Amino acid sequence: MNNTPLLMFVAFIVVTLGITYWAARRSSGTTAFFAANRQITGWQNGWAVAGDYMSAASFLGIAGLIAFNGYDGFMYSVGFLVAYLTVLFIVAEPLRNSGKFTMADVLAYRLKARPVRTMAALSTLIVSTFYMIAQMIGAGQLVGLFLKDEAGKPLVNYETAVVGVGILMIVYVVFGGMLATTWVQIIKAVLLMSGTILLSILVLGYFGFDIGRFLQAITHVTYTDPATKASVTKNFLEPGGIYKGATGGLDLFSLGLALVLGTAGLPHILVRFYTVPSAKVARTSIIWAMALIGLFYILTTFLGWGAATIVGRDAIAKNGGSNMSAPLLAQSLGGDIFFAFISSVAFATILAVVAGLTISASTSFSHDFWTNVVHGGKERSKGQEVMVARIAAFGVGIVAILLAILLKNLNVAFLVGLAFAVAASANLPVIIFSLFWKRFTTTGAVLGIATGLISSLVLITISPSIMTIDPETVTGAARHLIQAQPIFPLANPGIVSIPLGFLGAVVGTLMSREPSSEARFTELEVRANTGLGAEV
Amino acid sequence: MSRTGTRLEPEPGDLTPVVGAQTDVAPLGRDTQPPLHERTATEDMDVADWDRVAAMDEFVDLIRAKIRFIVPATIFFLVYYLLLPLLAGFAKDFMDTKIIGDVNVAYLFALSQFFMAWILAAIYLRKASVFDSMAAGILSKLNLKKGRS
Repeated sequence: MNNTPLLMFVAFIVVTLGITYWAARRSSGTTAFFAANRQITGWQNGWAVAGDYMSAASFLGIAGLIAFNGYDGFMYSVGFLVAYLTVLFIVAEPLRNSGKFTMADVLAYRLKARPVRTMAALSTLIVSTFYMIAQMIGAGQLVGLFLKDEAGKPLVNYETAVVGVGILMIVYVVFGGMLATTWVQIIKAVLLMSGTILLSILVLGYFGFDIGRFLQAITHVTYTDPATKASVTKNFLEPGGIYKGATGGLDLFSLGLALVLGTAGLPHILVRFYTVPSAKVARTSIIWAMALIGLFYILTTFLGWGAATIVGRDAIAKNGGSNMSAPLLAQSLGGDIFFAFISSVAFATILAVVAGLTISASTSFSHDFWTNVVHGGKERSKGQEVMVARIAAFGVGIVAILLAILLKNLNVAFLVGLAFAVAASANLPVIIFSLFWKRFTTTGAVLGIATGLISSLVLITISPSIMTIDPETVTGAARHLIQAQPIFPLANPGIVSIPLGFLGAVVGTLMSREPSSEARFTELEVRANTGLGAEV
Repeated sequence: MSRTGTRLEPEPGDLTPVVGAQTDVAPLGRDTQPPLHERTATEDMDVADWDRVAAMDEFVDLIRAKIRFIVPATIFFLVYYLLLPLLAGFAKDFMDTKIIGDVNVAYLFALSQFFMAWILAAIYLRKASVFDSMAAGILSKLNLKKGRS
């Protein structure tokens, strides 16, 4: 029985390494490595965006949040989809029309390349690292829970799992570039969608396909309150499971703001739109992605509520905690084979997301920082930009492995939220202003990124996510970093840091004057809206 | 930007490199784009006369049409979406109101967000095909190929 998850993991690894080998033989050259020669089709990129976006934090984390807290977990799901309207309406097409490989290309179009690209590369690396560490730590903890021997002991320890995931993502990116990363993401999205749909059907089947009975169960979920040890029954359709009390509503609003504005500033999502032939195809791919992502996030409620009602919160808490909700639901509905399948889907999910993060971080380092900041926009020798990106991918992988091992015992659930907050506060304001505000200046961009970045980092550090006094009973990974009263009352900094990011960009612009930026605005506007001169 | 000097202006759409430009060598290692007169002939080839395009009535119409859709649509979805956390956080009783059987306002409103997003995306897709043909009209008037050839 217990060999099945291992076999499925190995099968996924073999297939993806095969794809990497195929991609490595096919692609040579800068555009091939960074943007898969811009030959990815609309539906392919749509699946790849979905695969890049739906992380283990969504699949395991949100299912767990809904299983443990009911409705409030679903709030994340809603935000993750609606955010794509921001991408679709405002960012994706102008970005594709005016940039080349990175988010910073749009900023540098009419602003001074050196300062703007330095800041953008910094922000990209910070967002990607946070996101990646959260995924890697999750991988380390989960692989041990998935792969067990007959006695129920983990076959691989935390460190081995982290190193394994790290090496695989380095191999995909270094050898296969964007083409291999894209196909790893597509396969993962297919696996994730089929796993989720199958699991949802099984949940409905458990209730005899009677929605009324399922709802009856959802509105009467019984579990043991961990604090009082008393048995309680709650309606999981009602809000207030996570965000309650005086600041709960504000916190929820702050989270919503970061989700809906953050996605359009996530570097690893934005680079995907450079892999398609035109802005029109980029648009088609977002429509595909929205169909997939929307369906998936609606189904997260089936997984979460299914786990809460069928497996039960107490049983999940005993067998690995809330992140194991979806796999344990699979086990109780479909047996060990299905548990193995869902486990390998989670594994594939982690790998596809970290590969996407690695390629966007290394592209930004090489294209933005190395070529355009250090060497003034020219490759010193042919192929250098790709070589530097490969070395950077290797470096990013090693750093991620080391950080994930060092931070093993930290509560990292806030890192993904932080990545969205930084993306919404530091990246989105400057992208919007450089596309739509003629008067925008380099000082504005630098100040905007800096205030957005610093305010989200500082606020999260003094928030309850990091600063909380835990009772003595809380140990290990559940303990908070700083044992003190939080200074900032909200777990989500967006409500303050996003306006600060916009404000920083406005103040910086009003303090300075940049005729060269204003002169090139017309060019950017024509190009962004007509596709004239877009990279092909 | 108009070219100065006494040389003949090329016909619109004529891609023949300008002979007698001040220089055709762009300096290495600068952190801004070279000024127009320093562009090489190849660089000039895919660059249209941006100001001329921007001044075209068709282009002004395109931008107006885009703004007319995107600004209200964006305001609408932001307000509609942000109402959800606001109501969930501050109007819990209202959200707990049951509508059909056990199904409450909270769940229906959250679910409606997905359909709102899909419908808005579908409307945008239809609008965008109009934007595409407007952009294609502009490009055909310019008698230029899109992108580098």
